[in-house]
This record gives sequence, structure tokens and C-alpha cells, in this order.
Amino acid sequence: MKTRYTFGGDEHIYVEMDEEMSLDAFFKSLSMSNVVRAENIPGVTEICPANASFQVKFDPDVTHPDEMMKRIQELEHKAEGAEKRLATRIIEVPVFYQDPWTQETLMRFRERHQDPSGTDLEYAARINGYDNAEAFIEAHYSSPWFVSMVGFVAGLPFLYQLVERDKQLQVPKYLRPRTDTPKQTVGYGGCFSCIYSVRGAGGYQMFGITPMPIYDPEQEVSYLKDFMVFFRPGDVVKWKPIDREEYDRIVAAVEAGTYTPRIAEVDFDLAEFNADMAGTNAKLMEALNGS
Amino acid sequence: MALKIVKPGLFTSVQDLGRPGYFHLGIPISGAMDRFAMRTANMLVGNAEDAAGLEAVFMGPEIEFTEDAVVAVTGASMPIMVDGDPVGGWSSFAVKAGQTLSFGFLKSGARIYIAVSGGIDTTPDLGSRSTYPIGALGGIEGRPVQAGDEIPVGNSNPVAAGRTVQTELRRMPGSPAELRVLPGLYWHRLTEEAGTGFFEDTWTVAPEADRMGYRFKGGRALEFVDREQPFGAGADPSNIVDGCYSYGSIQVPGGTEPIVLHRDAVSGGGYFTLGAIISADMDLIGQLQPNTPVRFVKVDMERALAARADRRKMLQKIREELV
Repeated sequence: MKTRYTFGGDEHIYVEMDEEMSLDAFFKSLSMSNVVRAENIPGVTEICPANASFQVKFDPDVTHPDEMMKRIQELEHKAEGAEKRLATRIIEVPVFYQDPWTQETLMRFRERHQDPSGTDLEYAARINGYDNAEAFIEAHYSSPWFVSMVGFVAGLPFLYQLVERDKQLQVPKYLRPRTDTPKQTVGYGGCFSCIYSVRGAGGYQMFGITPMPIYDPEQEVSYLKDFMVFFRPGDVVKWKPIDREEYDRIVAAVEAGTYTPRIAEVDFDLAEFNADMAGTNAKLMEALNGS
Repeated sequence: MALKIVKPGLFTSVQDLGRPGYFHLGIPISGAMDRFAMRTANMLVGNAEDAAGLEAVFMGPEIEFTEDAVVAVTGASMPIMVDGDPVGGWSSFAVKAGQTLSFGFLKSGARIYIAVSGGIDTTPDLGSRSTYPIGALGGIEGRPVQAGDEIPVGNSNPVAAGRTVQTELRRMPGSPAELRVLPGLYWHRLTEEAGTGFFEDTWTVAPEADRMGYRFKGGRALEFVDREQPFGAGADPSNIVDGCYSYGSIQVPGGTEPIVLHRDAVSGGGYFTLGAIISADMDLIGQLQPNTPVRFVKVDMERALAARADRRKMLQKIREELV
């Protein structure tokens, strides 16, 4: 892993932990953004951790860019020494795979896709060596995921699956981005899954939809009353496949203000995970199912 | 006091100087694209520079005033009328209760900024009145203004009409527009030839140009340094593992059409960026119409900071002249 520092114009410093995605790179970027925040460097206005990088926005009239660069670089050793352990939460997110709404949308933008003759799921299954969409869906929901970045648009989580590298699912983005994606679509691009928090443009493959809102600027959804954005980096997610009936039931419960996502507090330790992925995931699931 | 929107124009939105602090959640800063013009309009009517006003692109709105006010319009060149009588841009003028402010056809530039003494007084979201439609934040219900909207205006200490900003202090892009770029970020992904070509070519503003980003076309396609794509990045040589985007950063999906992210930027994504427009020139992008020729000019950090200081001095000069 080789850290690379660079300027983004005169108001940003961008730090890439590694060119490739890994949980080690994610933990380092999260640690560094935490130590930079704790340092309270004058002029810093935004600290944005991402999958394998992070960015600081600052006012160069307050702290000169060279000085800012030096101060951030000096913090790298602190981040390296930081514990790769998170007190976090695991959340069950219901997903209606192969739902009619993403189905309609993917047909509408078929000419922008690698395989105009099939669906996004059939394509993803084939290029990842699965016999059919159902087998691929099972691989998607069987192991938990880690929120490695929140962003793109309002509150959208990027998720990285907690499995060995050779079991990671990988799919390209659409050849040309769509101009429309249903709200709460569960998408996939590169090695990342995502949930589209709002309706809009998008380039990720579309697998299904969740009835659970994750962004609410009106803050009317019962579990979004404290803050309009649901996810934060480090959250663990377990997809739960649901059918149309269950989907409709949850939509009604959200409307009625009676829906509460299933959540359990957990600790996630990177070394422990790397030593025993199946065992760590089993413990995460135990915590969720015991909640 | 309220502004009654008779005709909304094409895309007219409430904007101030933005909503910093939430980019890590994908909520961009938003606010006036041309902050120089927004600040100046506020100064002309005696508002705090971060007061909210209206930003209108390509086409002005038609607004009826419910009470007397002092108004200023800055930015793009567009005929300004009060009950049909012309008034000047970059100057303060009086509008009486019941009168209507309207606009003629755009002559140059792209966006006008309308400041009203007292400032627009809609409910702030996350500390700002700026409209961010994707996230349904700020403005009127998080959307651009519509016919029939009544936009509240705050109380003010009236200032004189007839205050004006001298012509040489009205900062607008030239033609071709020159946008200064600090190379960086993923610049190393480009071949030397592609890097040189990017600055040599004349580009034009594409039709896909809005508050989120400006797309450019017409230059040579960019070639990438060969590499095996890193795990998680995606197969296209312009792909990276999804990272944060800088405001003003220039991404070139597939190496063909550069996109400069602006005030309503997406906060991250999977395309390489070759550097960023310097902070001093972000305002100018807000004044570019589609088909405008543009040159990207390479600068170093020292020149970027000198340009930033020049812009600040210009604003200071306006401030001093109007006090």
C-alpha cells in the first residue's frame, strides 16, 4: 500500500491510500480522516473519507496549501498506529430483487448496456460465473457488506462485501450512464454495491429495490428524525431478500411511521476478520439475529 | 414583504454562498455559481454578502413586488425592466410596491443574480437557503421557483438607489474564456502527449452544462498510460476505485469529454480527474453558455493563489467604493 498526496486545485488535498480497494486501505483512510479532524487545523472546512482515499477541503487564505500538505502528511504515522477496530452497527436491509420498477427502468435504457438482450442481473451472473440470476442473488445477500463510503449524491452508501478477494463480485458500470434510476435501487459497479438514496442519474447495474428510505430531507421517517442521512462509513449491512408482499407491507409500515430497521451494535476488528472471515461474519449475523 | 413569481424563467433558484460541511455525506456546498456576482449584488442593496438572492440562467423571471424595495441585478448581460422601463445592471434601483421586474433576451454571460434589500428569507436547511434540487434542500421546498410562488424577503435598512459598480470591476469571462487549471489528482494517468493536447486544444461548452457540472467537447481524445486496472476500479482506463471529487475537478469519462464539477457536484465517483479549475475561476464557469469556446490554461500553485488574491482585491475594491 503506497500513500499518494496531491492537490485538487488550491482548496483541496486528496490522499489516496492505495490504487486498489481493500479493507486495509479503507481503514487507513477512515483513521486518517479521524486524526485530521481531531487535529483541528485552521481553515479546514470539509473532511471526506472515501473507499480507499480521503479529501480535505480548506481555505488557503487561512493555511497555505504547502503548510496544510505538510501537516496532513505528518499525521500519517498516527493513522497507521490507530487501532483497526470499529464500534459500529449491523443493519438488515430488505431487498426486493428483480422488482418491476428497476426492471422497467433497465429495459428503458437497454441500448446503454453491455448486453441489450438480457437483464442486469443475468449479465452480472454470467460474467461472474454463476448459472443464473438466482444463484448470483444468493451470493449478493449471503455475506454481509461494509459501508466504505457515503456520497455521490445525498446519503448514498457504497458497500464492499466482507468476503475473500476471489469471491468478490465485479461488474462494470453501464456503457453510458442512465438519466433515471428509481429511488432506493440496489445497484452494483466495480466491486461495490450501493443504494440510490434519491431518484436520478446513475451508471451502476440495477439488481433490486429496498422499501427502506435512507434519506429524508423532511425528516418525517421515524428513524430519520434525528438526521436526514441514515448511513455512515463503517456500518455493516446484511441484505435480506423479500418478495412483493413483504415489500408492500414494509412500504405501508414506513408510511404509517411504524417501521424500524433491524439493527444491532457490533464491534468490527479488521485483524480478527482477516484471520477468520467466515467466523467473524457468523458472529456479526449472531448479533443481528439476536437483536 | 414578498416577491410574487409571475413567470419563473428557465431555472431560477434561491441561492446564497452555500452549505459547507456535508460533502462527506454527498450533500454539496451549492450556492451561487458566480459568487463574485452574488456578493456584489448583495453589496449594492446593502445586504450581508452571504444573504440569499435569486440565480436565473439564460432567461430572467418576472417578479411582482408586494412592497417597496431596492434591487440590484449582476452577472450576465440581460436587459432589465421595471414596469417595462429599462434600468441598468450592476447598479441598485428602486422598485415600488405593485411594480414588476422583468427581463429581455440574454446578450452575454449565462446567469444573472438578483439581490433584494433585506435578502430572501426562506427557511434554511442545514444552515443555508441555497437550493439543491437532487437532495430537496433549501429554496422553496428544495426546488427551483415556480409561477405563483411568494418568496419571503427579510427586513432591511434601506440603502440608496443609483449605486453602481464601475465597468472594470464587473468580472466576466472573455472569449475564448480562459479557465486556469492546476494539474494534479490523477494527472499521472495521462500520457505526456494527452496532457499537452488538453491545454493546446480549444474546447467548447457542451449542452450538458448545469449547476452540477459543465461538459466540454471538441478537443482531442485523451490517451491513458497503460496499466493493469487496480482491483475494484472497473475495466475502463479512465476508471479509478470510487473516490472523493474536488470542486472544480476535471473528469474525462472514457477520455473524450471533460466535465468540470461545480457547486452542486456529486461528492465522489469512479472516474479519474486530471486536476482542478483554480478557485478564482470557478465564478467564470457560471457565466459560460453552451458553444462558448474555452481554453484551459495550466498554472502552478503560486499563480493559483495570486489569482485568488486578485479576485479578493477586486471584491474589496467594490466593497470600499460602495460603503
